[in-house]
Amino acid sequence: MSVSTSNLPTSQYEVIDQPLDTQMTISMGPQHPSTHGVLRLELILDGEIIVKATPDIGYLHTGMEKLFEYKKYQQGIVITDRMDYLNPLGNNLAYVMAAEKLLQLEIPERAQIIRVLFCELQRIASHLVWLGTHAIDIGAMTPFFYCFREREKILNLIEAASGGRMTPSYFRIGGLMMDLPSGFENRCKQFLDNFPKALKEFNILLTGNTIFRSRTQDVGHISSEDAIDWGLTGPSLRGSGVNFDIRRINPYTGYENYDFDVCVENGGDVWARYLVRMREMEESHKIVKQALSRLKPGPVKADDPKVSLPDREDMKTHMDSLIHHFLIVTEGFNVPAGEVYFPIEASKGELGVYMKSNGGPKPERVHFRGPSFVNLSALPTMAEGEMVADVVAIIGSLDIVLGEIDR
Amino acid sequence: MGLENFIADALPDVMTTRLDSLVNWARKSSIWPATFGLACCAIEMMNTVSGRNDLARFGAEAFRASPRQADVMIVAGRVSRKMAPVLRRIYDQMPEPKWVISMGACATSGGVFDNYAIVQGVDKVVPVDVYVPGCPPRPEMLVHAIMMLQEKIMTDSIKDNRDVPEIIARTQHMPGTIPVTIGNADIEAEKNASRPYSIASRHERRRSS
Amino acid sequence: MAENQTDTTNTQEIIPFVAELTAHNQAWVSGATQALGESTIIVPREFIVDVCSTLKHGYQFNLLSDLCGADRGVEEDPRFEVNYHLTSIKTGKRLRLKVLLTEDDPHVNTVTDVWKTANWHERETYDLVGIIFDNHPDLRRILLPSDWDGHALRKDYPLRGYEPYSLT
Repeated sequence: MSVSTSNLPTSQYEVIDQPLDTQMTISMGPQHPSTHGVLRLELILDGEIIVKATPDIGYLHTGMEKLFEYKKYQQGIVITDRMDYLNPLGNNLAYVMAAEKLLQLEIPERAQIIRVLFCELQRIASHLVWLGTHAIDIGAMTPFFYCFREREKILNLIEAASGGRMTPSYFRIGGLMMDLPSGFENRCKQFLDNFPKALKEFNILLTGNTIFRSRTQDVGHISSEDAIDWGLTGPSLRGSGVNFDIRRINPYTGYENYDFDVCVENGGDVWARYLVRMREMEESHKIVKQALSRLKPGPVKADDPKVSLPDREDMKTHMDSLIHHFLIVTEGFNVPAGEVYFPIEASKGELGVYMKSNGGPKPERVHFRGPSFVNLSALPTMAEGEMVADVVAIIGSLDIVLGEIDR
Repeated sequence: MGLENFIADALPDVMTTRLDSLVNWARKSSIWPATFGLACCAIEMMNTVSGRNDLARFGAEAFRASPRQADVMIVAGRVSRKMAPVLRRIYDQMPEPKWVISMGACATSGGVFDNYAIVQGVDKVVPVDVYVPGCPPRPEMLVHAIMMLQEKIMTDSIKDNRDVPEIIARTQHMPGTIPVTIGNADIEAEKNASRPYSIASRHERRRSS
Repeated sequence: MAENQTDTTNTQEIIPFVAELTAHNQAWVSGATQALGESTIIVPREFIVDVCSTLKHGYQFNLLSDLCGADRGVEEDPRFEVNYHLTSIKTGKRLRLKVLLTEDDPHVNTVTDVWKTANWHERETYDLVGIIFDNHPDLRRILLPSDWDGHALRKDYPLRGYEPYSLT
């Protein structure tokens, strides 16, 4: 589908609409190995310099927000996995916590600690995919295999707890699906002990690499005012020098009790965003260690029988548990009317859930503010004036996931 | 491929078993997929290529970005209605012989998403050879799918896959009309005729006996 | 949710920023609620750009976190609403502004001049809910194909759409 250039917003460069002149329109994608999904970029080039870049999205639009209105609250958790598919536990968390805020449930402490643990493990896994794909787009093939090797270990941990590698749906409204399996703490500790060595490998391969540096330094610059105006959040914003981390400013699920640094770099270019994410992996490693040391036995589901499913043995032996289980599964629970906007710090930025309830078992409106959606809108600002080969580096540094953009 | 058109024209009634086996062995050992990762299944496809589940052992590690150089299109992920014409276009650009693996529940049948935005099954757009269930399927399942595709390729005959120009392929290969392969298929069918039940692939055959 | 509380000065003082906004112009706030730790201010649609720009330049709400539209129901009047979620990066405060629109006239002024990020959010709201943003630099569909009929997130649009996909 072609887009006429006459009614597109004007860029700071002059767009010449004649085919035989010096400017050339290239459609990059939707099937492209380096666009990290089905993204289409309309690039208007003057030789190698990009005069105008327009993202064209919607090739993965799944109608998830409409689907939420037809599913009960607990059924919607499954759909959130498929949104930002590199950070499914983060999406689960945002949705579940928005519903819990509407219900005003109190979550037991063990569930909160495990939530933090898995969220940070998921952040490491998401950053590993970012690193692997960013490096392979720039030309370094080895980190891709190393990152996926480390990610397999994390996926094994997530699979041990929830049964699914990439679509765990581990969190429930009221707590967790079920408790951690036995031996989990040892396996997690084993992963944590070996991870710094892997990080050191990545640093040797990329951070000290002149080729990587020259491809990423001074490329895709965005100032901090522009970044805030365009709505950038997460590592992309912190790479421009703005100290904004929702885990610090609006903490949730117990993050205020953990000791970690917010990583901020002042460059505003691809290199700064790379450094921010590398340091974030170290900080997440620290948080997982702290969470693991705080685990104490306890319940993992909230105490509300109308919301949390009872344990299987309970359900099979007690009549009221059976009735509650039946009602929760078939009819769902009614959530009091109200609206809530719950932001969390996902691996890509501020993932906000706007949930509106009208008192029934199905939500009235669920809107996900996907960080990649907003980060991508800043791409024209970063890419105009750069060369074509840099577009790939800039897209990689924004760390976009099309499932979240198109929902 | 030029060889097929040449043989089909020059020697129409000759049995080509030995040549078939050679060509099919070469083809199945170097299936080069076209990158068509759309959503979450694409990440599991990347996991299949990476070190733990190595797709390179099947000769399939060379993911070509250009469909003109690819053999198989692994549709990994949900196909939205905006993407469906693009999918068809990429399929038409692939030269013969070509196969399609529909990976995941969304590509097979729409998956979790039964709504206005997702095409309910990619076989409404392209003819599919192997369907892989799962959401997302484990990397081992994709490897199994590639092996099943290799089985299927072994039963092909080179007289079947004549290369047609893209402009004819667009109307010829309509979904629901998968080209029937003659050749070794009837010999295989005779071997299996003694069993009253059907077995999906050679690997399951080994395990069940 | 859309109660007119201009008479009860007591509740207005508890809800932050209502007093500051009404100090500029009494008509800017047509209702306000506070629930679950979040405050919502209902703004009449003529004043939304003024309110947003005052909040951005005067009270440091420099990040527009989210702009989403919702269909309240086919029989509701007003039928549509647009929610603006503002965040202040320096102070960490959050605020929600709400604009109510009727079905016959779903127009509201764009806030792209205040925050550039509103551009894509408003396109998405136009695409899915059908609210038209006046003076938007580039209002066209963003998620659905450009030749799509209808607005998918409206309550009267069926979940499975109108016809299944076919190639021909």
